[in-house]
Amino acid sequence: MSADLNIILPEILLSVFAMLALLVGVYTGKDRTAPALTWITAGVMALIGLWMALTGEGTNAAFGGMFLDDAFARFAKVTLLLSGAVVLVMGQEYMERRNILRFEYPVLVALSAVGMMMMVSAGDLIALYMGLELQSLALYVVASLRRDSVRSTEAGLKYFVLGALSSGLLLYGSSLVYGFAGTTLFSGIVAAAGEGQTALGLLFGIVFMLAGLAFKVSAVPFHMWTPDVYEGAPTPITAFFATAPKVAAMGLFARVMHDAFGGLVADWQQIVALLSVLSMFLGAIAAIGQTNIKRLMAYSSIAHMGYALIGLAAGTEQGVGAMLTYMAIYVTMNVGTFAFILSMQREGEPVTDISALNLYAKQDPARALAMLVLLFSLAGVPPMMGFFAKLGVWQAGIAADLVWLVALSAVASAIGAYYYLRIVFFMYFGQEGVQIDTARSPLLWGLLMGSAAVMVLGIVNLFGIDGIAQAAAASLVN
Amino acid sequence: MTVTALAFYLFALSTLVGGLFTVIGRNPVHSVLWLILTFLSAAGLFVLLGAEFVAMLLIIVYVGAVAVLFLFVVMMLDVDFAALKAEMARYMPLALLIGVILLMQFGLAYGSWETSAMAEANRLAVAPEGQNTQGLGLLIYDQYFLIFQLAGLILLVAMIGAIVLTLRHRTDIKRQNVLEQMWRDPAQAMELKDVKPGQGL
Repeated sequence: MSADLNIILPEILLSVFAMLALLVGVYTGKDRTAPALTWITAGVMALIGLWMALTGEGTNAAFGGMFLDDAFARFAKVTLLLSGAVVLVMGQEYMERRNILRFEYPVLVALSAVGMMMMVSAGDLIALYMGLELQSLALYVVASLRRDSVRSTEAGLKYFVLGALSSGLLLYGSSLVYGFAGTTLFSGIVAAAGEGQTALGLLFGIVFMLAGLAFKVSAVPFHMWTPDVYEGAPTPITAFFATAPKVAAMGLFARVMHDAFGGLVADWQQIVALLSVLSMFLGAIAAIGQTNIKRLMAYSSIAHMGYALIGLAAGTEQGVGAMLTYMAIYVTMNVGTFAFILSMQREGEPVTDISALNLYAKQDPARALAMLVLLFSLAGVPPMMGFFAKLGVWQAGIAADLVWLVALSAVASAIGAYYYLRIVFFMYFGQEGVQIDTARSPLLWGLLMGSAAVMVLGIVNLFGIDGIAQAAAASLVN
Repeated sequence: MTVTALAFYLFALSTLVGGLFTVIGRNPVHSVLWLILTFLSAAGLFVLLGAEFVAMLLIIVYVGAVAVLFLFVVMMLDVDFAALKAEMARYMPLALLIGVILLMQFGLAYGSWETSAMAEANRLAVAPEGQNTQGLGLLIYDQYFLIFQLAGLILLVAMIGAIVLTLRHRTDIKRQNVLEQMWRDPAQAMELKDVKPGQGL
């Protein structure tokens, strides 16, 4: 038992910290402690992430294989903890100014991070479900944190109802899989499924589980909640939704597909490929008409999940590695972009209308340039890092004989570039209009510039993350 | 047909009928009563499986507490269920179509249901010796310890969430101050007037 507890030490530390933070918040100054708690929570998350990155090694299983600590889980955990920490401090000032920073916010984020860590480490259907629910439940609450706003409440409620539906689908699929295999352990399911003809019941189980997982990564046709939730939730929380939970959901997706159904790649490959194509095209086309930048980022995230799913559809080690690299780069881009969106305001009120960016380049050339780099990177324009993320999944797709998928994704990428470039057009060549004034926050400025700089400098060697990601993928696919 | 099989079909049928009427019942209170029937029949099914502890839990917790709570909520909430139902009726054809297709697919899946060759051995591998309660205790607090703790965390999040979303600190309400009440004496609370007869105030 103590060896098992040693393996889940990072999760234990984070949960104990969350409970202590809750006690401190309740017994001291209530919401007055919130800014300090936010920073401390972010610090703890970042420390645990760095600690795992530096010391974790090998593949360890705890609790009879229910919890797996391997290079894949560590890569996903480090990415989600660091991005979660950055997003947490990024939104602190914004939320404080609008009087919605409550001390429960960092606590809930920390607990949802525990859930995400469980998700990417799950080695059992029950552990998977528990991690997923812990993460989702905390997210439902923070989505409606601004409870006197109808939009925010609607976002939370919609997310909750649809999330419950998707959990139901996932559970139904799990029960069919359990009925077939007689065990909930991934290792047992792989052994039971074998290599031969796939039983129809097991196939049904996989399809239901895929539907539930696709909801969590917001892949089409299970994406309907994304734009409304992104728009309705307060912007810092939208930024959180667009980063850490996406990494966790993708990690879980890959974990289930490879660890539990690794022998049935041919069966689920087509489904994942279809999800991927639909997501890329819907994300690219539906975003064109958007005027709200948060809605636009929602469609952008749907499209990006589609590209990342190409790596998964490949069903190979290279594919999983490319997907992990993609997610790490995507999260970095999103941090910068949301740092920009958070600083958009007019007379202290947040502005999310794209037309407010008219001729922004004249007003603040440095920020406009950084945003231009990030938008080019999101669109996948060659010299930026976002292009190399796409290139990675495309290479994996071609190596797995999915040339049609790669060709379609190139088309979707070209369509999608239009709406990113439209924002650039507004910023540089738009018409005269009501300007926005930018929040003077050194932190947001630093994150925006840092993220943009990473997108440019990373083209030299991607900071070596593709090598780490491949090593991580090797620990998952075997 | 053995008695066990007969009991199984009876319980299974009443579970399904109960579930169906829970959904289509016009009166929400009737729906809750049908739900109770569903719980009771499911408990019967558990007894047939030899899981008597779970069966009793189902009756005590679900029928005894949850269903009664539902009943209170349904009675106290001012929701026009008839209007909701009318809204639902508009989508009925589509819902029926999807339902029938799903049903056919499940028929297909269960009609040719097969389990893996290892399923039986896998299932027996985790089942501990002894009685229900003892077995559950061993599994929950030993093998599934991690899951049990996670469930606790989920409940904690649910509690924090409920408080975050609903608690409002109101300043304009009157609260009881016990000390203030105790320190009151007749001199503070009363004023004596000496009213002369025949004059009034």
